[in-house]
Amino acid sequence: MRLADLVAGIVFLALNGYAVLGGADFGGGVWALLARGTRKDRQRELIADAIGPVWEANHVWLILALVLLFTCFPAAFARLGIVLHIPLSLVLIGIVLRGSAFTFWRYGGGAHGDEAQRHWGSVFAVASLITPLLLGTAVGAIASGSVRAGGTGSGAGFYDVYVAPWWTAFALSVGAFALVAFAFLAAVYLTLEAQQPELREDFRRRALGAGAALFGAALLVLTLSGSGAPRMRAGLIFAPWAVPLHLLTGATAVTALAGLWRRRYRLARVAAAAQVSLILWGWALSQYPYILPPDLTITEAAAPAVTLRLVLGALSLGAVVLLPSLYYLFRVFKSRSQPSAIGRQ
Amino acid sequence: MPDLLAARSQMAVSLAFHIVFAVIGIAMPLMMVLAERRWQVTGHAIYLDLAKRWARGTAILFAVGAVSGTVLSFELGLLWPEFMRFAGPIIGMPFSLEGFAFFTEAIFLGIYLYGWDLIPRPAHLAAGGVVALSGAASGIFVVIANAWMNTPTGFELAQGHAVNVDPIAAMASPAALSQTIHMTLAAYAATGFAVAGIHAFLLLKDRANAFHRRALVIALLVGAPAAVLQPISGDLSARHLARHQPVKLAAAEALFETRAGAPLTLGGWPDVERRQTRLAIDVPYGLSLLAFHDPGAVVKGLDAAPRDEWPNVPAVHLAFQLMVALGTYLALVALWTGWRAWRGADLAHNTWLLRAIALGAPMGFIAVEAGWMVTELGRQPWVIYGVLKTADAVTPMPGLIVPFLAFTLLYCFLGVIVAWLLYRQIIRSPDIPEWRGFYMPPAGRGNRKAEG
Repeated sequence: MRLADLVAGIVFLALNGYAVLGGADFGGGVWALLARGTRKDRQRELIADAIGPVWEANHVWLILALVLLFTCFPAAFARLGIVLHIPLSLVLIGIVLRGSAFTFWRYGGGAHGDEAQRHWGSVFAVASLITPLLLGTAVGAIASGSVRAGGTGSGAGFYDVYVAPWWTAFALSVGAFALVAFAFLAAVYLTLEAQQPELREDFRRRALGAGAALFGAALLVLTLSGSGAPRMRAGLIFAPWAVPLHLLTGATAVTALAGLWRRRYRLARVAAAAQVSLILWGWALSQYPYILPPDLTITEAAAPAVTLRLVLGALSLGAVVLLPSLYYLFRVFKSRSQPSAIGRQ
Repeated sequence: MPDLLAARSQMAVSLAFHIVFAVIGIAMPLMMVLAERRWQVTGHAIYLDLAKRWARGTAILFAVGAVSGTVLSFELGLLWPEFMRFAGPIIGMPFSLEGFAFFTEAIFLGIYLYGWDLIPRPAHLAAGGVVALSGAASGIFVVIANAWMNTPTGFELAQGHAVNVDPIAAMASPAALSQTIHMTLAAYAATGFAVAGIHAFLLLKDRANAFHRRALVIALLVGAPAAVLQPISGDLSARHLARHQPVKLAAAEALFETRAGAPLTLGGWPDVERRQTRLAIDVPYGLSLLAFHDPGAVVKGLDAAPRDEWPNVPAVHLAFQLMVALGTYLALVALWTGWRAWRGADLAHNTWLLRAIALGAPMGFIAVEAGWMVTELGRQPWVIYGVLKTADAVTPMPGLIVPFLAFTLLYCFLGVIVAWLLYRQIIRSPDIPEWRGFYMPPAGRGNRKAEG
């Protein structure tokens, strides 16, 4: 395995971390938006308490993936910034609104909690839809091989260079898939956060529904990939690793749903996270050795070897600090659920 | 609006917005930890209230800082793809390290904010300490990357491409030391004085408020030493500029001609066409003294660079003057405060001192913004000094005025909301009647269990 491939794998691992952790925080926003019935306020409280201590740490996975991308694969970063300017700007607006609205919602009222606080809850919920949709769309554009070198001098018009690559049925279907996947993860995780049985049942039903919807979204993406992303589709069907990967992904999907059905939530949590991760790795493998198909390979886009080696060194040192810290964070807040200490004072 | 100007404006707005939160994110956790430590030592509930208020402030400001920082790291690619294509491999290293520092900060801030009742007290205090340390570290790493843009090292140019890349040498660029010291001190001075100023203002209205007294003292402990040290660090920066970034220094000082025994130009309006500065006060030999510690030293003027490589001289000169004036004011107030405190005086009873501190509340932040104008505008037209022009780094995408306006509106909106929330959350006096009394209520000690 080449050095560049190893680093690319680590970048993707950070993206994977963002999807299963940060993604679930966005999914929580979806359920805050869809809160229904007599327990809707308690559902929203539960979501906020679950997200509160961890969302900022979860968000940093995206920053980590981003800085590693521009340090180690600057050519890919530059091209993404040009071609996907519009969806990525919208992703940012979603990130800014979601993060600040959440904080205003939780800290805005303080001892004087009131109507204004509720409004921030709504902004948080709606903003949580934007980022997964557009981030998924950007992934769809990459997978479909339409993020090509463009810009000045290519003779193409604004629409062709800056809109057409991502404004396709396939790319948008990937956006929808990402949103459903994040909502699914969030619902599964929330079954473990809930203390009262009736709340737990609420999110069990939602998780089962989202699991079914995820299956539908996957079918849609697969159907549209025939014309939208033929290369990825070919990889996902004919590559030697394809069948074992699909079997494994299928097994985790079934395990997650069975775990939910039989109320074995810890099992469901592990299986759901594994399922989403495997889907992501399937995408990555299907376009290997390209970082931006159809023409930019991982090796071509890579920074000089000295940079890659130094980053690997920094990553190993960073991991020594980071992994125990993350472990501590999740042990304090997620090993047993408890009401937040400061959020509602 | 031309696309280059729109891109530069969007970057400027994003930086100017983010830096306020970044600076607070460095210094506020330190104040919060000091307050918590005072609470653990004295047992006075007032310090716990203070620590929790500052923690809430940190929570709000850190969140906005985190998301606006995300915007910036994306914008590097969205607005300046050619810059990143060139610079990424050379200067990505400090950004990666910053990523880790930021990660650590986010993790322990979560633990600090939500862990009051969940982890032992020493662990909680330590978590706050980690937040303060990693906040300072992430600031330092980002400034190291900026320093490289001012004094690029660690690579060789071959037909427009960087070869022989050495990321470690790039991190140790000549500007790195003076810039990181200056910025870190600025963060503590600006935040400390902003908080101290607010509480001084409230004390002027309500002299017997124990809460504001304690807050004032802790904020000054953080802000005043940094404000006193800042002019020394400024001297280091000026001497660095004279050697490595002469055009920036010439623009800051409005020095049009290279000369020995250069005077220090105070105030005035640089007339670029006629190459002279009107209405300025000249201190003879002042600039040579400051830049080289030698009254006869030759200081390079703007004429050392071709006319089309000059920055916007009036803007850089005015921003520089503003930064120095405000920094000097804060340093003097800090010295005054230190002298009064050393003499054992009661700061809260000195009306003029309180007024001076209250007046200083916005000054640190204005100085920070002005300082960044000096360093960023002073480097133009280069994005990497002497290597890559800003105009060659910008994205080919047209219509950049649209994202510029969108992000400007978004940030204006957020700025208003944050100011309003902080007013409600932190600044408003606590509604505990006993704390209005001048002396600490004896019940404070007994409240320890209930509060903890």
